[in-house]
Amino acid sequence: MTITSSIKRDYLYNLAKKGKRQDGRDLFKFRNISIETNLISKAEGSARVKIGNTQVVAGIKIDIGEPYPDSPNSGVITTAAELNPLASPDFESGPPREDAIELARVVDRGIRESEFIELDKLCIEPNEKIWIVFIDIHIIDYDGNLFDAASLAALAAILTAKVPAKRFELGEDYPLPVKEPPISCTSVKFNDVMIMDPSLDEEEIAEARITVATDQNGHIRAMQKGLKGSYTTDEIKKIIKVSLDNGVEIRKKLYESVGK
Amino acid sequence: MESDIKLIDEAGKRLDGRKIDELREIKIEAGVLHRAEGSCYLEWGGNKVVAAVYGPREAIPKHTQDPLKAVVRARYNMAAFSVDDRKRPGPDRRSREISKVTSEALEKIVITDKFPRAAIDVNIEVLEAEAGTRCAGLTAAGVALADAGIPMKDIPVACAAGKIGSHDENGNKKGGYVVLDLGKKEDNFGDADLPIGISPRTGEIILLQMDGHLTLEEFDQALDLAIKGCKIISEIQKKALLDKYQIDLEVN
Repeated sequence: MTITSSIKRDYLYNLAKKGKRQDGRDLFKFRNISIETNLISKAEGSARVKIGNTQVVAGIKIDIGEPYPDSPNSGVITTAAELNPLASPDFESGPPREDAIELARVVDRGIRESEFIELDKLCIEPNEKIWIVFIDIHIIDYDGNLFDAASLAALAAILTAKVPAKRFELGEDYPLPVKEPPISCTSVKFNDVMIMDPSLDEEEIAEARITVATDQNGHIRAMQKGLKGSYTTDEIKKIIKVSLDNGVEIRKKLYESVGK
Repeated sequence: MESDIKLIDEAGKRLDGRKIDELREIKIEAGVLHRAEGSCYLEWGGNKVVAAVYGPREAIPKHTQDPLKAVVRARYNMAAFSVDDRKRPGPDRRSREISKVTSEALEKIVITDKFPRAAIDVNIEVLEAEAGTRCAGLTAAGVALADAGIPMKDIPVACAAGKIGSHDENGNKKGGYVVLDLGKKEDNFGDADLPIGISPRTGEIILLQMDGHLTLEEFDQALDLAIKGCKIISEIQKKALLDKYQIDLEVN
């Protein structure tokens, strides 16, 4: 650890012990979230999400393709994330690195495993033709908590996406068939304090990170722990509760932004 | 056939209702990103572009360093969802070429000998593309560089002119019109495209490409028109920077 980061670490830790944070937030509160949809008219669906200073644009393209042999009746989704060099002095151009791949996979898993997109409704002709949904996520400003920003942007873009049936002469365009979205909330831990929605500074000194995705019934849909630190069972229970509460708020915001 | 599409009528009115010397609507905002040293968001017709500047910082890998001056590295990148058919992520030959000519254009304007061995990175991200993205990119890069406080001789700006309508509906040849700032259909079905970048203060041309077919006379017309367009956009650039910094001036 460098000198600067140990100073920063002490400062942030002492604040957090008193229940405070650098930007004046409560420990378990998110930064301001703004969601803007349908900003890219060339895309089938799109959204720009800001969580504090973190800014992510997600776009959906839908095309016709062949199904995988083991699932001849269902559509395909593929998720890619780009950590654009314009988002941070530490991002480089070139093929996706480990962290971009992890980000894309975590978002992809959240959407795939929750069966948010109804893939079985995306079949055109069994064994022959299905719809492929491309989810592309561009990080354009990086101030921590990419997981939540990226997944929220993907959800908002999907919720506004239309299947371009008309372009392929398959009838009228229709909304991409979806179920209820799972909302992911990420928190980090340093020493014995946990904080929700870490900023970049807080992320840099974190020992452990956990993402909890919850649905509208208050059930857990996905979890992922990261980094080298550990959690006690009580801490995990606590953070699930907090994630659930934040999830309710964020879900409300998401639906407002897509007009549902 | 769609190439017989009528791009301009007898009264000189174009498909989207513009006159021959009229630009699409342009909106520029400076300083939109938090992490970048300087940044710019630009909407130009259907184009949406973000530019971000990092540096001057040590050029890595080391062999790219110039012991006497900074290198300017522009990177033009298109989002996968920016075009009708999804573009595969990552650089292709077209975006590499645009990155190169943009870097070279900027290097002329930036006072590079102030920063030996350094790199100034200019990232241009095209979120939505609709003809003229290289001009939009260079124009946004100019504002982002100014926002980053990089010493420059001027704020670079770019604009295209072109030629359309040299065939009538039956495919017969006729005169054609030199027009400012080609739209998507005009770019696809028009006769020539001439994107230029200039230093508006001196009028030096820092970027020039052309494809299609122009007579010498038409070229002169197109060049004049494109420079005229650049000068208009230059004012919008300056206004965007003023909008961002004027408040600070008033407070102090």
